[in-house]
Amino acid sequence: MRFDSALGLEAKKGPLATTGKVLVYSVMVLVFTGPLVGLLVSAFSKTLDPTSFSLWPDEFTLENFTQAADKNVYLYLFNSFVVVGFGLALQMIVSVFAAYSLARKKFRGMTFVMLIMLATMMLPEEIIAIPLSLVLADMPLIHANLINSYAGMILPVGAWGFSILVMTEFMKEVPVELEEAARIDGAGELRTFFTIILPLCKPALGVIGVFGFTMIWDQYLLPLIVANESSHWTLPIALRSLRSDEEVGIGILLAASLLALLPSVIAFLAFQRQFMRGLTSGAIKG
Amino acid sequence: MTTTLERPSQRTEPRRRPGRGRWRGTAVAWLFLAPALILFLYFKFIPMFEGLRMSFFKVQPFLGDEWVGLDNYATIMSDDAFVSAVWHSVLLAVGTTVGSLVLGLALALLIEGPARYLWFVRTAAFLPVVTTMAAVAEVWRIMYHPGDTGLLNSILGWVAIEPQPFLASEDTSLWSIMGMSIWRGTPYDMMIFLAGLVGIDRTLYEAAAVDGASTWSRLRHITLPALRPVFWILFTLAAIRGLRVFVEVYVLTNGGPNGSSEVLMTLIYKLGFQRSELGIAAAGGIVLFVATLVLTVSVQLMRRRQAS
Repeated sequence: MRFDSALGLEAKKGPLATTGKVLVYSVMVLVFTGPLVGLLVSAFSKTLDPTSFSLWPDEFTLENFTQAADKNVYLYLFNSFVVVGFGLALQMIVSVFAAYSLARKKFRGMTFVMLIMLATMMLPEEIIAIPLSLVLADMPLIHANLINSYAGMILPVGAWGFSILVMTEFMKEVPVELEEAARIDGAGELRTFFTIILPLCKPALGVIGVFGFTMIWDQYLLPLIVANESSHWTLPIALRSLRSDEEVGIGILLAASLLALLPSVIAFLAFQRQFMRGLTSGAIKG
Repeated sequence: MTTTLERPSQRTEPRRRPGRGRWRGTAVAWLFLAPALILFLYFKFIPMFEGLRMSFFKVQPFLGDEWVGLDNYATIMSDDAFVSAVWHSVLLAVGTTVGSLVLGLALALLIEGPARYLWFVRTAAFLPVVTTMAAVAEVWRIMYHPGDTGLLNSILGWVAIEPQPFLASEDTSLWSIMGMSIWRGTPYDMMIFLAGLVGIDRTLYEAAAVDGASTWSRLRHITLPALRPVFWILFTLAAIRGLRVFVEVYVLTNGGPNGSSEVLMTLIYKLGFQRSELGIAAAGGIVLFVATLVLTVSVQLMRRRQAS
């Protein structure tokens, strides 16, 4: 007897077993994707009833998306893209730089730095929300006010412990010989970093890229405390304001929700392998 | 003389000359770390210490802060709303954690295997995890519509169950939020369990089958013990996440109706940003932080005791 799984379900054949399997798997797919498919369908339907939400298309229309423009939905979408674009770029640069030090250098205070990184991962953002809003309003030393600015939503996500640690683990695997060869050839620190180390880390860049994207895109509390005025709202925090509008029904809310949801779903489907790798390595290492 | 003495060490380690070279290496290391450390300092550590400081003051942005000692903590601990928010947070955390773990494990066992269609089922089922919380919560809010035309109530109607009020009633609001959280947490746990299942030695199953062990005893004596480390990690992560839940509650009910689903974070948010009780809100944050810390440490200790 061969086993490909703990239950050995694959070995079970026959009409009863097959029906059972089809039934279980269909229910699973339906339960977990149903609400998302429902959103996709309803966003393109002409739904006037604020309660109805169905899996069957009613009457195909793009009206919800054209009306969304009047409610500034595309401005919010633009804001979201600005934050995720610059935020992710900053986060990835900061992560590879920090990881380079942690993985390739030996220096005094390294254990301390590692402890700091782990501490930031243990410290939930939600807990520091209130003092963070005060710090953002008047940054110590430089006395800048980051409330109602893109920088206020970008800089706080710039350093992420998870990203740094994943990158560090990966860089440790890059053979030291390559680096030394480059150095003997007279390459400087930055040049070695950009021409030798970074190209070898492409797979890990995919992992921290897709994780960083979903992490920044899903930010809620941070934009909520930073963007007091609607001109700086990101799409996720704008959704609340779209639903209270009784005259237009839920069409616009559904269209906006779909726009808020699609980018991270697309990022996941496009970078699935990297996502799974980061998921298991991140969770197993705590 | 010194140069000739230095040469051998130079040959074995060409990039590190003693003295100047090592100092330079250290400087470079700190330079590469600087952006991360500065950002952490500004957006993690300063706020953390600022929060700790604020919790001992009556914070008045333009009048100057006034030292009140432990008054903020006394105020918040004796506040009924805070006590019930703690209770709701714990209930939500435990319910979501246990629900996601049990369902996640069951589903992982059901869809384990190398077949192509299983890969499709896994990918489809995983989607809730990567979706944007705020958008998903809006969808669930619509599905939870209390009228009999609401999606979930229509489904309940097919099996002849009366329409439920879901988010609209004090009795069911917290459970409804839990339902959505389990929906979103289960696929994550399932994926991690699957990764753990892959690592189990197949020959153990085969040996057990040869010895005539039933599926159940195979599961109990081989599969579950092997998954124990995965289980503890998921438990810790989920429990911490559950305690600090915010977006789900904020979007679905904002703590209502009548405070029946108020959790710690929504209460702290209201105290801080709507009632401007910054000092009390900061004290609430510190309490939540300590609770998280205690939970993490005690889980680790339990785990260690069980391992030894």
